[in-house]
Amino acid sequence: MSAAPDHTPTMAARGLGERLAPWLPVLLVPALCLAGWLAIPSGSSWLTLTVSGLAMGMMIFIMASGLTLIFGLMDVINFGHGAFVSVGAFCGISVLLALGGWAGAPSLMLNLLAVLLAVCAAMLATGLMGWVFERVIVRPVYGAHLKQILVTMGGLIITEQLILAIWGPDAIFFSRPETLKGAITFAGAALEKYRLLAVAFGLILFLAMRGVLRTTRIGLIVRAGVENGEMVEALGYRLRRVFIGVFVAGSALAGLGGVMWGLYQEVITAHMGGETLVLVFIVVIIGGLGSVEGCFIGALMVGLMQNYVAFLEPKLALVSNIALMVAVLMWRPQGMVPVVKAK
Amino acid sequence: MSLGALISGDRPRSRLLAAALIAILIGLALAPFLFPGTRSVDTAARVCVFIVLVASYDLMLGYGGIVSFAHTMFFGMGAYGVALASVHLGRGFDALALGSLAGALAAALLAALIGLFSLRVRAIFFAMITLAVASAVAVLVSQLSALTGGEDGLSYRIPRALTAAAKYADGKVLGVRINGKLVNYYLVFTVSLILFMVLLRIVNSPFGRVLQAIRENDFRAEAIGYRVVAYRTAATCLSAVAAALAGATYAIWLRYVGPATTLNFEIMVDILLMVVIGGMGTMYGAVIGATLFVVAQNYLQTLLAAAGAALAPVPALPLLFNPDRWLLWLGVLFVLSVYFFPTGIVGRLRQRQ
Repeated sequence: MSAAPDHTPTMAARGLGERLAPWLPVLLVPALCLAGWLAIPSGSSWLTLTVSGLAMGMMIFIMASGLTLIFGLMDVINFGHGAFVSVGAFCGISVLLALGGWAGAPSLMLNLLAVLLAVCAAMLATGLMGWVFERVIVRPVYGAHLKQILVTMGGLIITEQLILAIWGPDAIFFSRPETLKGAITFAGAALEKYRLLAVAFGLILFLAMRGVLRTTRIGLIVRAGVENGEMVEALGYRLRRVFIGVFVAGSALAGLGGVMWGLYQEVITAHMGGETLVLVFIVVIIGGLGSVEGCFIGALMVGLMQNYVAFLEPKLALVSNIALMVAVLMWRPQGMVPVVKAK
Repeated sequence: MSLGALISGDRPRSRLLAAALIAILIGLALAPFLFPGTRSVDTAARVCVFIVLVASYDLMLGYGGIVSFAHTMFFGMGAYGVALASVHLGRGFDALALGSLAGALAAALLAALIGLFSLRVRAIFFAMITLAVASAVAVLVSQLSALTGGEDGLSYRIPRALTAAAKYADGKVLGVRINGKLVNYYLVFTVSLILFMVLLRIVNSPFGRVLQAIRENDFRAEAIGYRVVAYRTAATCLSAVAAALAGATYAIWLRYVGPATTLNFEIMVDILLMVVIGGMGTMYGAVIGATLFVVAQNYLQTLLAAAGAALAPVPALPLLFNPDRWLLWLGVLFVLSVYFFPTGIVGRLRQRQ
């Protein structure tokens, strides 16, 4: 019989670095703000840019959150996600234009009601479209990444062309509802009302989504499914049915993001989905596939980066985001908040 | 050298396919004589370039099993290399050679970078990252107009020996003038043929076999001891170089480069469609797909316009049959062929044997 190995536990408290490590991704957002503050000479333009960066980040988060869950849950990579953004924007803005009287009235209630109706129409349309898309385009190619990428890309092209056929080839210009126009001045910086509203709304949506995922039963199943789908199915849950729900919800959110994006830009084109898809992918990769929190942090960083760099050197805006993605991938190859076990 | 060595022992394995390939080869080799006229020779040159472009894409998609959306970017790098060299170094063969080489080198470097970054993590990242990089490059090219000419593109002069102004014989041979334009066509044809044979050689080498093994099961290939990331990155680089050289050839033929002829996403869709229709994972699929598609593109748009006119009395339908909606039908065709026709024309022909 041999002696038991020496066991000398150390009781030292965890160092600051060790305790900080899980929070590192969260701290990157203020760090980026600080870097922007150092790089941008005027404080008031920095504030304006930060608010618009955060607003943009919130909208990208709304579009990207569905995509990351869809991948995490069923290992489906949907290149057609951009199509939901465009369709949402076109449906929503059409409703808004049809309600021109309400949107043009100087009453906050009527304006918000018009926007709300537009958002509902957009989410209904894209949710329904997501359901059809899942059935017709995605279902036959489960488990085959190569075909998924090809087929969903085909779906994106078809949808873009259908939008062009229905709404015509020209970009649609419009103006925001009356009370959402204009800006308020704070500390010498002009902050657009709509951007502030978008930041608040995005934050509420993120907290609500986090709440649903953390506290409800369905949220538990979704999170468990993202981490280990086989085990959840072995426990008797029909993950495929949950997946359809997530797909529809994710598509509806993309539609919502599309309306918000359209109101932000005050112009919509059929190609807006394909264009935002690039940013959405960068966000999803930075955040870590399958992670809603990572997606949120990534979206804010991309939004801020885009706005700061567009102010300093307009031509490099998209390139800077690719550089950001490369930097994050070098630091954490699985994204900032890795969830999905390597599939 | 035997015929088998020329095609690297990769036999068509179908009589019909062999006949079609020989017909295409003869058709392209004698195109200026068989189909005289500017438009048809232009089409033939386009077919040659696209065969190489699609074959190089197939090296990645069909053999390596990775999807890239940046292939037009590599194509454009070769084309812009030739254009920039011709603009800055002046008219001459040295500018053409230097531009092609620089473009190919830049494409290889960028492909290696993208490949190492994305394939190291997960193969599907490659599709997303190439999409992001390609759109960033397209935006840069249209914005840096001082260097690239922006949306207008660049026009430049190529050596006189390759233009219609250079006459090599008096009169006509078989009804065709023997001038620089003809030499230029045969330059395009020869370069394309050599590049295609090199690609055929690559996919039939032990390297190509490993790629196929990785495509079928990357986990098992890794377990046997092949470094999957290294092989896939190498395939990406080779494919990018071939695409850049095809782009350089196309730039020499067109004497113009612009985003619309090289970097456009529509061309990316065309390439995808040609690969899928011809048959993924076989170089001959690229030949069949590119030939069918480029020829059809020239004539189908006219057909679509006729259909639109004929359907004018029916509401809503003319909108869908508008020639501008050409991409819609390509998209539908693309999705349907991926579902129901995954092995493409070549796969079907081989099955029948």
